[in-house]
Amino acid sequence: MINQSTHISINESILIWILRILAAISGMIVLLIVGFLIWEALPLLTKIGLPRVWNDASWHPASQEFNLVPMLWGTILVMAGSVCLATPLGIISAIFIQYYAPPTIALIYRRMIELLAGIPSVVYGFWGLVVIVPLIGKIHPPGASLLAGILILTLMILPTSALVVEASFANVPEAYLRGASALGLGRWAMIAGVVFPAAKSGLITGVILETGRAIGETMAVLMVCGNVVQVPNSLFAPVRTLAANIALEMAYAMGDHRSALFVSGVVLMSLIVLLVAIAEVINQDRSEQS
Amino acid sequence: MNNEHRDRLITGFIWFISSLVIAVLFWLLSDLVQHGIGQINWQFLTTAPQNSGRNGGIAPILVSTALIVLVCLGVSLPLGIGTAILLVEFIPHSSAWANFWGRLVRLSLDVLAGVPSIAFGLFGNAFFSKTLGLGFSILSGGLTLACMVLPILIRSTQEGLSSVPEDYRRSSAALGLSRPSILWTLLLPAAIPAIIVGILLGLGRAIAETAALIFTSGYVDRMPESLLDSGRSLSVHIFDLAMNISGGEPKAYATALVLVISLVTINGVISWIGAWFRHDF
Repeated sequence: MINQSTHISINESILIWILRILAAISGMIVLLIVGFLIWEALPLLTKIGLPRVWNDASWHPASQEFNLVPMLWGTILVMAGSVCLATPLGIISAIFIQYYAPPTIALIYRRMIELLAGIPSVVYGFWGLVVIVPLIGKIHPPGASLLAGILILTLMILPTSALVVEASFANVPEAYLRGASALGLGRWAMIAGVVFPAAKSGLITGVILETGRAIGETMAVLMVCGNVVQVPNSLFAPVRTLAANIALEMAYAMGDHRSALFVSGVVLMSLIVLLVAIAEVINQDRSEQS
Repeated sequence: MNNEHRDRLITGFIWFISSLVIAVLFWLLSDLVQHGIGQINWQFLTTAPQNSGRNGGIAPILVSTALIVLVCLGVSLPLGIGTAILLVEFIPHSSAWANFWGRLVRLSLDVLAGVPSIAFGLFGNAFFSKTLGLGFSILSGGLTLACMVLPILIRSTQEGLSSVPEDYRRSSAALGLSRPSILWTLLLPAAIPAIIVGILLGLGRAIAETAALIFTSGYVDRMPESLLDSGRSLSVHIFDLAMNISGGEPKAYATALVLVISLVTINGVISWIGAWFRHDF
C-alpha cells in the first residue's frame, strides 16, 4: 500500500476521484441487477400476490397460472443429485493428485482437469444431448431426464471442485504431514486423520462453489433434462429447472408472463445470496480460529 | 497385516475412481475431436452459414463473437483495474469511512461473482436492451458480459498489485515520487502479468457464455454491420444447432471444437504466463 503523505497534489486527488467513481460503478452493478430483477418482477407480484406462486394449480402463464414449485423442485433435485455425486468424486480426484499419483501422472491429470474446468456449459450440454441422453434412452425412454441432468452437471462441476479441494490440500502445512509419518501413520490414516481436518474449510468452500454453480446452471441442464414442468416421480422422468424455464420462455414472454420469469430470477438470486452469506459466515469463523 | 490390507484396498479404490473420472472426461474430448475435426477447414471459418447453419461456415458468428468480447473487455478493463487500484492501494491506509466503503464494494463483488449467468441475461435484457433502448444488439450482449467478467478482472489485478513488495513503495516514496507516478511507473508495470491473466480468464468466461447472451445479443446469424446489430456468438450457435435445427449436429460438433480449441489456447497462454512470471521473480 502506498503510505499517505501529508502533501496531496491536485493530480493525486483527481486520480483518487476517478478511481472512486470507477469503484462505485463496479460496486453498484449488483444493486442494479437485484433492483432490475425486482422491478420487473413487481408488476405481477402486486397484481396477484406472492402466495399464488406456490398456490396456483400449475404453470400456465397464458391462462394466468404461475406455480413455480415444480420447477423449484427440478432445480433442487438436479442440484442435490449432482452435488452428492461430484463432491466425493472431486475429493477423491484431489487426493489422487496430491497423495497417490506419481508426479508426472499427477501433473498430466491436473492439466486435464484444468482444461475441463474451462469447457463451456453449452458444450457439456451438447455432448450430453447427443451421447448421454440416447444411452439413457436405451435403458429407460425418453432419455432426456433428471438423471441425464444430474450426470452432466456432475461432470461439469467436478473439475472446479477438484481444483478448489486440491488447492486446500496443498495448503496443509508440510510439518503436519511429517509429524504424521513420524508417528508411523499410513498414507490413508494421515489423509483421514490429519489432512481432512486441516483442509476442512477448503472442502466446505468447494461444496458451496459447486452448489452455486449447480443452482444457476442453465444451458447444460436445459439441453438434457427434457423440460417438462412436473415434480419428477423417478430418475428417468423429465424435469424443468427454474433457470431452464427462463431461457426457454423469455424469447416470447410478454406482460405478466415476462414478469413471472423475473420472479423466478429473483428466487434464483435469493438462493445464491443465501449461499454467499453462508460462505461469509464460515470464512469469518475460520479467521477467528486462526 | 489387516491394516496393510485395508490401505491397499483404499489405494486401489482411489486409483479406480480417479481413472474413471478422467476416462469419462477423455471420452467427451475425444468424441468432440473425432466428430468435429474433419469439418474444420479454411472454408468453414470464412464462409457464412447456409440453410440455418446446416451447411456453410461460421464467419459472421466468429466476427460477432469477437465484437461482443471487444465491447466486454473495453468496458470491464478500465472499471476493473480502477476498482482494484482503489481497493488495494488507496483504501487500506485511509479513514474508517473509506474502509467501510471498501468492504461494501468487496462484498458486492463477491455476490456478483456468484450471480448465475441466466440472471445476468434477465438483467441485461431489462436494463441494456429495454431501458437503455439498445435492443438485441452486440452492444447489449457485450455490456452484459462486462458485468459478468468484472469480478474476475478485479481479483486478478488485486492479486498482482498485492504481490508487489511493500519495500518498492516505500523506497519510491522516499525518493520523492508522488503516488500517481508510483502507480504508473512502478505498480502497474509490475502487475501487468497478473492483469493479462485476468484479461484472459475474463475472455475465456466471455466466449464460453451462452445463457446471458440469448436475450441480449440475440440469434441473428448475418454478418453484423454495426454494434447495434444483433449478432450470434459461437456458444449460441452451438445451442441453436443442437436444439432447434434438425440435422444441425455435425456443424454443432465443428463449432464446439472451434470453441474448445480457442479456450484451450487461452488456457495454455495463461499457464505459460504463470510459469514465465514465476521464473522471472
